Amino acid sequence: MSKNPPNYISTTNACKLCTPLGAALAFKGIEGAVPYLHGSQGCATYMRRYIISHFNEPIDIASSSLSEKHAVYGGGANLKLGLMNVTEKYRPQLIGIATTCLTETIGDDVKLFLREYDKEVEGEKPIMVQVSTPSYSGTHMEGFHNAIASVVEALAGRDGKQDIGSGVNILPGFVSPADIRYLKEITDDFSMKATILPDISDTMDGPAAKTYAKIQPGGTPLSAIAVMGNSMGSVEFGHTMAEASGGVLLAEKFGVENTRMAMPMGIGASDRFFAYLSRLSGVPVPEKHQAERGRLVDSYVDSHKYVYGKKAIVYGEEDLVVGLTTFLAEIGVMPVLCASGGKSGKLAERIRQATADLLPEQPQVHEAMDFYDISELAESLGPDLLVGHSKGYPLAQKLSIPLIRVGFPIHDRMGGQRILHLGYRGTQQLFDLVVNACIAKKQGDSPIGYSYM
Amino acid sequence: MELLKEREEQIYRTGEQPFSLSCDKDSLAGAVSQRACVFCGSRVVLYPIADALHLVHGPIGCAVYTWDIRGALSSGPELHRLSFSTDLQEIDVIFGGEKKLKRALLELIERHSPKAAFVYSTCIVGIIGDDMEAVCREVEKETHIPVIPVKSEGFMGNKRAGYTAACNAMARLIGSGDTTGISPYSLNILGDFNLAGEIWLIREYFERMGVEVVANITGDGRVADIKRAHGAALNVVQCSGSTMELARMMEDEYGVPSIRVSYFGVEDMAQALYDVAEHFNNPEILEKTRQLVKEELQELLPKLSFYKKALQGKKAAIYVGGSFKAFSLVKAFRLLGMDVVMVGSQTGTEQEYRELAEITDPGTIIVDDTNPLELTSFLEEKEVDIFVGGVKERPIAYKLGVGFCDHNHERKEILAGFSGMLNFAEEVYSSVMSPVWRFTYQKEAAQEKNCRIALANPKN
Repeated sequence: MSKNPPNYISTTNACKLCTPLGAALAFKGIEGAVPYLHGSQGCATYMRRYIISHFNEPIDIASSSLSEKHAVYGGGANLKLGLMNVTEKYRPQLIGIATTCLTETIGDDVKLFLREYDKEVEGEKPIMVQVSTPSYSGTHMEGFHNAIASVVEALAGRDGKQDIGSGVNILPGFVSPADIRYLKEITDDFSMKATILPDISDTMDGPAAKTYAKIQPGGTPLSAIAVMGNSMGSVEFGHTMAEASGGVLLAEKFGVENTRMAMPMGIGASDRFFAYLSRLSGVPVPEKHQAERGRLVDSYVDSHKYVYGKKAIVYGEEDLVVGLTTFLAEIGVMPVLCASGGKSGKLAERIRQATADLLPEQPQVHEAMDFYDISELAESLGPDLLVGHSKGYPLAQKLSIPLIRVGFPIHDRMGGQRILHLGYRGTQQLFDLVVNACIAKKQGDSPIGYSYM
Repeated sequence: MELLKEREEQIYRTGEQPFSLSCDKDSLAGAVSQRACVFCGSRVVLYPIADALHLVHGPIGCAVYTWDIRGALSSGPELHRLSFSTDLQEIDVIFGGEKKLKRALLELIERHSPKAAFVYSTCIVGIIGDDMEAVCREVEKETHIPVIPVKSEGFMGNKRAGYTAACNAMARLIGSGDTTGISPYSLNILGDFNLAGEIWLIREYFERMGVEVVANITGDGRVADIKRAHGAALNVVQCSGSTMELARMMEDEYGVPSIRVSYFGVEDMAQALYDVAEHFNNPEILEKTRQLVKEELQELLPKLSFYKKALQGKKAAIYVGGSFKAFSLVKAFRLLGMDVVMVGSQTGTEQEYRELAEITDPGTIIVDDTNPLELTSFLEEKEVDIFVGGVKERPIAYKLGVGFCDHNHERKEILAGFSGMLNFAEEVYSSVMSPVWRFTYQKEAAQEKNCRIALANPKN
C-alpha cells in the first residue's frame, strides 16, 4: 500500500450498486420466492432492467409503489395491498421484502405491518421474510448478505428426527449460476448433502421450457433451509461481510461450525475449499477433481510466460477482488490496484494475507472507489489488463488494454450468468481468458499477422 | 388468466364494447408494473443534453441504474454519459445533504466546465427536505452557469410527472440565448433522444428541405441551443408525452407554434416532413420535401418488398413507454403486412388509447401500465410472432419462444426515418425467421398439437 486514495466529495460512475438490489437477488435464490421492494415503483423497475441485461432472464420484483400520500402517512396500507396482490397472482411460497431509502427514512415499521397483515388477512399466506436495506448504507453486497442472514434467522431450524451432523451449508455470496451448478457437482462428488443458500443456478439461468413459469423453478428448497441446523458445518465465501452473517447465525443458534474462507479462486484457495470438504465428509478429493487440478497446474506451466509480470487493475465487490487478486498473484500477474466501491475496512488486510508470499510488492488497495478514481490512478500505473465487470469497459477502451469480464454486471457480452469463477474449473476458465487476452493483445498489436503465438 | 380486479379497467379489446380505458393512474402495488418513477421520467428526457452536468442528489442506486441508460449519442461532448451522484450516506440523511450537494456541485463544475448543471432530486431528498433551490442558486452565483434543480422525487407521481419536471427545468434555460440570425424557416426537434444516432438522420432531412434546426431537445442536445430555442419558428414534437408540455409553455411564453409528429414508419415519417413543409407554406421547401420523400421511397420500397412478402400475416405485439410511438409502430407493422394483436404503453393518455382503438383491428388488446404476467398471457393467447418493447419485456418474449425487437434501451441501429424503417423490417425479419425457434419447446408443443388435430381430422 502506498499513496493516499483520491478523496473526492462527488461520485462519478460508481463501482457499487445499492443495498436492495443485492437483497432482491438473494431472495431470487430461494425456492418459490418473489422479491418485494417496499418503496416507490422506480426502484424495482430499475433493478429489473439492470439485472435482466446481465442474466437475460425474467426477474419479477414487486413493489409497494408508494406515492406522495404514502410518503406522508406511511406505506403500510400499500405494503399490505401489494402483498395480497403478489400472493393472488404469483402464489409464492415466500415473499422476500426489502426496504428502500424512502421507507427507511419515513420510518415505516415493516415488522409491525407484517404482524398486522398476519392478523388482518385471512386464508393461505406465504412466508414473509423481511430485511432492512436502506440504500444510503452499504452496497448491494451488504443487502445480499443481510437478506441471507434474515432468511436464516427466520427459517433455519433443526430437525431432531433427522441426522444431526450430516451435510454442509454453503453460503457462497453473490456468485454466478454456473458457479453454483459447479458447487453442487463438487459436493455430489464428495457424496455430501449440501444446502447452498442462495441458489440462483436455475432461477436466474433457467432452461427453455414449454410453459412460462410465474416463478422460475429452482432455488434453495425451503425444506432444506429448515434443517440447516442439522449440518456438520457451514462455509461462507468471503471475509468482508458483517459479523452477523447467515453462517454465524447458524453457529450461534444450532452450533453448526462456521468457516469463513476466501472465495475459492486460484489453486491455493481452491485447495483449501476442497480440503475443507474432504475433512468434513471424510472422503478424499475425488479423482476427477484432482485431475482437473492437475490439468490446471499443467496449463499454468504451459502459459506462464505470456502473463508473467503483466500489471492488472482489479475492481468490483470486495470479496471477489480478494479472490481475483489472489489468483492473479498466483500466475505471476502483478496486481497494481485493487479497488472496490465497498468499504468494509478489511480489503487491504485480506489481500495482504492472501498474497504476502506470492507478491514481491503489495498493490495499492482502496475501498470506496468509483471509476473516476480508478481511471485517475490508472494513468500513472500503466496497467496491461483490467479485471472486473462491464462497467470498466470505457477505461479499458481509453487505455487500449483488454478487459477480462468477471462478476456482475456483464452488460456488454452474452453469457454473464455462465461465467465460472470458482474452484479448479473456474480458475482454469479465468486463466485461459487472461492468457488469451494477453496473447490476442500482442498479436493484434503486431503488423505481422502471426498464426503461431 | 384472471386479472387483478383493479387492473381490469386498464385493459380494452377493440370492438368489444364502447371504448373505455382508465389510465394515468398510480401503478398498483404488487402488480409488478413495467414503469419506473418520476426521477426516471426526468432523467431520460434531460440526460441527452451532452454538455450539461447531470448530478443525481441521492443514494447511489438512482445514479448507477441510469448511467448511460439508453445510449443517447452525442456528436461532441459526452458529459451526459457519466453518472454523477452525491451518494448520500446515513450521516447525510440525518444531518441533511445540502452541504455535500454544494461541495459536489462545485467540485464537478470546476472539473468539467459544463455549460449548465441539472440537479435531480430523488425520493430521499424530498423526505429529508434539502433546499435544492437554495443550493442551486448559491452555486449558480459562484460559478456563473445555470444550475437548475429538477424536482423529481421518485414517489411524487408516475413517470409523466418526471416529464413535467424535465420540461420545467428546460423552460428555465429557454429564452436566455441570443436569437439573431435564426431563419424564419426554422424549427426545434422535441422528443427525440438520439438513440443510435436518429436525430442526425432527422436533422439531415430538415436541412435537405431547407429548414434550419435550432435546438435538438434533447438528443445530441446543447445548452446554448436550448437557450435560444425560443427563436425557432416551429416546434416539432415527437414523443409527445415527454415534451409536449414544453412546447405548450413555449407557445404561451414566446408564441412558438407546435406540431406533433412521429419519425417511425414510412407513413408517419413522410407526414412529419410534409406537415413541417406545409406549416412554412413555402413552395421551394414543399418541392424539396416532395423530392426528398420521393428519393427516399424509391430507395426504400423495393428493398422493403422482400420483407413484406416474408412477414405477411405474422402477428405482432407492442408495449412501449409512450403510446404515440405505438401508433407509428402499428402503422409500420401494417406496411409490412403484419397484424398487430396487442398494443400498450406505460404512460398513454385516454385520448391516445381511444385513437388506438379506432385504428386497430377487432379483438386487439389495448393495455395501460401492464406487467409481466399479463403480458405473458396476452402473448400466449394471441400466439404472437414478434414483440416490440424494451429490455424488461425481452426475456418475457424469449421465454415464450417469441421473437423480439428492442425499440428502446439497448438498440444500436437507427429505427426512425426511411432508412430506419428498413432496419426495423430487417430486425423483425431476423428475429421472426431465425431457425432457433424450431428448437424451442413451444414450437414443439404447437407442432404436437397440430399433429393431433390433423390425426383427428384426417380429411383436412
